[in-house]
Amino acid sequence: MRFSKTDILTLLEDVKDPEIPVLSLVDLGVITDVVIAGETVHVEMTPTFVGCPALDYMKQEVIEKLQSSGIVNPTVNISFKEPWNSDKISEKGKAALKQFGLAPPPSTHLFTDIEVLEHVPCPRCEGVNTELKNPFGPTLCRSIHYCNDCREAFEQFKPVS
Amino acid sequence: MNQLAIKELLYKIADDQLILGHRNSEWTGFGPMLEEDIAFSSMAQDKVGHSYAIYQILNKLGEQEPDTVAFMRNANQFHNSQLVELPNCEYDFSLIRHFLYDTAEIIRFEMLSQSTYEPIAELSRKIKGELKYHTLHANTWIKKLGNATEESISRLQNSLEKALPYALGLFEESPYEKELTAEGIFEGEASLEKRWRQKVEELLNQTQLQLPDWNSVSPVIGGRLGKHTEHLQPLLDEMSEVFRIDPGAEW
Repeated sequence: MRFSKTDILTLLEDVKDPEIPVLSLVDLGVITDVVIAGETVHVEMTPTFVGCPALDYMKQEVIEKLQSSGIVNPTVNISFKEPWNSDKISEKGKAALKQFGLAPPPSTHLFTDIEVLEHVPCPRCEGVNTELKNPFGPTLCRSIHYCNDCREAFEQFKPVS
Repeated sequence: MNQLAIKELLYKIADDQLILGHRNSEWTGFGPMLEEDIAFSSMAQDKVGHSYAIYQILNKLGEQEPDTVAFMRNANQFHNSQLVELPNCEYDFSLIRHFLYDTAEIIRFEMLSQSTYEPIAELSRKIKGELKYHTLHANTWIKKLGNATEESISRLQNSLEKALPYALGLFEESPYEKELTAEGIFEGEASLEKRWRQKVEELLNQTQLQLPDWNSVSPVIGGRLGKHTEHLQPLLDEMSEVFRIDPGAEW
């Protein structure tokens, strides 16, 4: 095989979350393993939320990306062996989220009580004069907040442990 | 492991999630305010997703494809509790049912995350994290409206009294309780019910709602054995209408 595991992960950097196009699946933390055996590549994936409707689409994108890079018959398996939690988002991924205008999730060890969602730092002004408007948002992984200083609503990528 | 016992357990959980997921989705476009519309719709998406994941496990155990299982069975082949099939009624009833159901469901998945049956243990470790948002939502609104106006309190009180007998039906015992506990697959309905009662009491004590004496409430059972109210079949007819036009269609 002319590709190493690192090469495959680098290739997969190009596959983005369909709803957050600045965030790669690798940085999102949903690629849990890459196994190379001979000429075949096998990717293990896990969803952010069990009911995520984008999962099949993301799986197809991974397959197409690997095929277009010359890998024959790549396989992708979805499993919950290593379940996703929001700490799996890389530092690079968190920075990308913030730049996109989405507050990154706090570390899950801080998410012991829902209170931490009450004053999420605003991704624009970084102030905490904010309030939780709705723990449910436009997608399963986002909540809706309001910044009293910017006087604007913003969304957060929800912490999930 | 006892496959019959596992299948029975998985079917009732998945069917509960699917049917309540469908009921929740009936709030889409009709919520009393936009935030609640989004909340019930999101919880619907979560629950239907959970049922799909469990039907996939059942599929690996030799049962039919998830879509076939979800859309091609009749009411008497469903193992959901009667609680989840009752119509949404007004918002107060939906809210009370959501609180009573999700309080039980999060405990059930916490218990199952310790299961010796690895596929359900893995999935439950994931699902219990997601359900935190459902119980947070229920608890917030029950506390808010359970302490608000005379009307909100009396409406919730009436709905609570109406829903409780059905909620106790969630814990209808399986014919395989002994096998499930002996093999460490599931700790059992009795243990779940005990923890659920504690949580329900704890939360309702923070409101002006009165919990009736448990001994005065008789559980409505039968759902787990395929006995349902007249409300389930019309729900299934509506849910499966498009699928049944052409079951072999590729989407």
